[in-house]
Amino acid sequence: MTATTTSARSDLSELGRSETALRTFLHGLPGVDQVGAEQRAAQLGTRSIKTTAKAQAIDLAIRMVDLTTLEGADTPGKVRALAAKALRPDPADPSCPHVGAVCVYPAMVPYVAEVLRGSAVHLASVATAFPSGQAPMEIKLADTRAAVEAGADEIDMVINRGAFLAGRYAEVYDEIAATKQACGDAHLKVILETGELATYDNVRRASWLAMLAGGDFIKTSTGKVPVAATLPVTLVMLEAVRDFRAATGRQVGVKPAGGIKTTKDAIKYLVMVNETVGPDWLDPDWFRFGASSLLNDLLMQRTKLTTGVYAGPDYFTLD
Amino acid sequence: MFEYAPAPESRSVVDIKPSYGLFIDGRFVDPADGGSLKSVNPASEEVLAEIAEGGAQDVDRAVRAARKAYEKVWGPMPGRDRAKYLYRIARIIQERSRELAVLESLDNGKPIKESRDVDLPLVAAHFFYYAGWADKLPHAGFGVNPQPLGVAAQVIPWNFPLLMLAWKIAPALAAGNTVVLKPAETTPLTALLFAEICQQAELPAGVVNIVTGAGETGRALVEHDGVDKVAFTGSTDVGRAIARAVAGSRKKLTLELGGKAANIVFDDAPVDQAVEGIVNGIFFNQGHVCCAGSRLLVQESVAEQVLDSLKRRMAQLRVGDPLDKNTDIGAINSAAQLARIQELTEAGAAEGAQRWSPPCELPERGFWFAPTLFTGVTQAHRIAREEIFGPVLSVLTFRTPAEAVEKANNTPYGLSAGIWTEKGSRILWMADRLRAGVVWANTFNKFDPTSPFGGYKESGYGREGGRHGLEAYLNV
Repeated sequence: MTATTTSARSDLSELGRSETALRTFLHGLPGVDQVGAEQRAAQLGTRSIKTTAKAQAIDLAIRMVDLTTLEGADTPGKVRALAAKALRPDPADPSCPHVGAVCVYPAMVPYVAEVLRGSAVHLASVATAFPSGQAPMEIKLADTRAAVEAGADEIDMVINRGAFLAGRYAEVYDEIAATKQACGDAHLKVILETGELATYDNVRRASWLAMLAGGDFIKTSTGKVPVAATLPVTLVMLEAVRDFRAATGRQVGVKPAGGIKTTKDAIKYLVMVNETVGPDWLDPDWFRFGASSLLNDLLMQRTKLTTGVYAGPDYFTLD
Repeated sequence: MFEYAPAPESRSVVDIKPSYGLFIDGRFVDPADGGSLKSVNPASEEVLAEIAEGGAQDVDRAVRAARKAYEKVWGPMPGRDRAKYLYRIARIIQERSRELAVLESLDNGKPIKESRDVDLPLVAAHFFYYAGWADKLPHAGFGVNPQPLGVAAQVIPWNFPLLMLAWKIAPALAAGNTVVLKPAETTPLTALLFAEICQQAELPAGVVNIVTGAGETGRALVEHDGVDKVAFTGSTDVGRAIARAVAGSRKKLTLELGGKAANIVFDDAPVDQAVEGIVNGIFFNQGHVCCAGSRLLVQESVAEQVLDSLKRRMAQLRVGDPLDKNTDIGAINSAAQLARIQELTEAGAAEGAQRWSPPCELPERGFWFAPTLFTGVTQAHRIAREEIFGPVLSVLTFRTPAEAVEKANNTPYGLSAGIWTEKGSRILWMADRLRAGVVWANTFNKFDPTSPFGGYKESGYGREGGRHGLEAYLNV
């Protein structure tokens, strides 16, 4: 990165103190050529992942799923069922790994916590007036604290896109930093809502902003706007976490969310992780899929690989 | 670690015959003096087929067949009817593209992902594009009733065997000429399958003739008196010899020769995409590309950062079985070409440039060369001046835009150039000053049938592709 030479390494933590410094830094990041980024993403999508590699990828993808339900109609019964599925995605096959986390609204956290207690499955909650983020700051922080107190160990916050698009980077930075503090020990995933940022240059800047402010993960989308995760957006974010680690030594995770429905899609993302940031990120601690229907397709393909035949959809649980 | 399991494309889709004759006057015939060559798979050194070696008598027979077809059938045929044949050929190419792609990778050594995703789509697109011109020649800007030249002698190289065939045959036929084409001696198989496609399309006999052979066959063809037009793609040395041979004759000549293109990266370039462009520029098709970006000119202030990114990216390149769908770099086309690459890279190291390759296991059999980078290269090094035609990149630095232009132009070649910057005005400023037939901005190795392609200086003359490409086959 042009803006992050070795000498700048120690100074990055100071950037958030000044609107001017932050702006200069973010606007000094190298641009992203849209055509080139989309072409690279498309090329990676043509990798052919077969047999043993496919089996490995499917199990890894299952372990990376943040099994998600974020509906007004969510009930304790619904989220308990989802949590049970997270623990044992394929009741017929004990060798099937559990998913990475369950992701719900704050009000649903206590019911999920009961089911997941003692397991290795994480409990993620959206917070900060998800999905719009259009609420006073104290309400967003209270939302976050409540979720953590109820048992969430991962918080998925939304950035203030209005402030970002208006160029008020310090405001966005401060909100992320404050939310990080409110999280305590919980991991903070920062949702950029890339569909509303529109350009890859903005995605790169927002990624750096979220990492500088202390985010543990950067996440593409809420799933509540028409354009959710795409391969090129995820590519730009992966390049950002790679360059951020090179500049600061700190590793940040990436979570594409929304619209990833098939095993084929998931494998394309894993190939992209493998060839952009390498094996260090090929782990549920550093890469997650925000998804709901993806899990059943992964299970279906997994069964196909082990048995040689496709089982009908009725053989996989709907929760 | 995420290891990709082998994902080989099946070679059973293609049926290679043990031996092939010459395609003259609509059928396969034996050569008059029975000479033959062997075409090998460069990835395994396995012999794929025996190929007829055409002699002077065979060339004469082919030119006479082409002349007859030109005078009796193809020349008088209305453009709209010629178009029907070209559209039919284009569709058959699409239908048989998997077969053609596998055969191309077997015979040439290029990765299947390139023959499948680049070569074959462009081949079909070229035939579709020029089919569209066949009945619209009066609107091409070459007068109200432009006429064909007659019989075209076409000699093509081994780096893009079928694509170069398409670049030659499609415009020639659209304009109303008939052709005798000589494919390269190491990669004749897709041209012979194309001959079968001509039969399948019921193209009138003699319109397309394919005479296989080596240099002597090519010489007999371009020197033949019955030829009205010579089109050659290949090395500058052979191009010179051809220019001498046709000088003073009525033959119209177009040459597409070597290159030593500069790929110029400014300090405000989109770095990640520039690195992709550098990789694509020099490692696409094992660097067997006349317009390859074989000289990287990088602004000194970002050189270290760009090189770090480039090395990291090069370590991801997968070298190996051309038929594996995940292979990025296939086999070097021939032992002779491998020797040439080795000679020049050894010269580079001996002259003091620093050589680097990522850790990379090469197969034991076949012809292979690891992707290679030279830093500390100056304009005086052989690797900065001579065309290597292999996966070898020479890195030079510059300080100002004017110096970039000066270095980029400081070569006898002038086929292509690349510019990487976020500043639109600089792209235009540079493009005005670069003496290269094609200038790519924030991309590289982009081809399209609608876009003319050709060189300045010793990279040749004439243009192929687009409306401009018709001129080479019309009497204007």
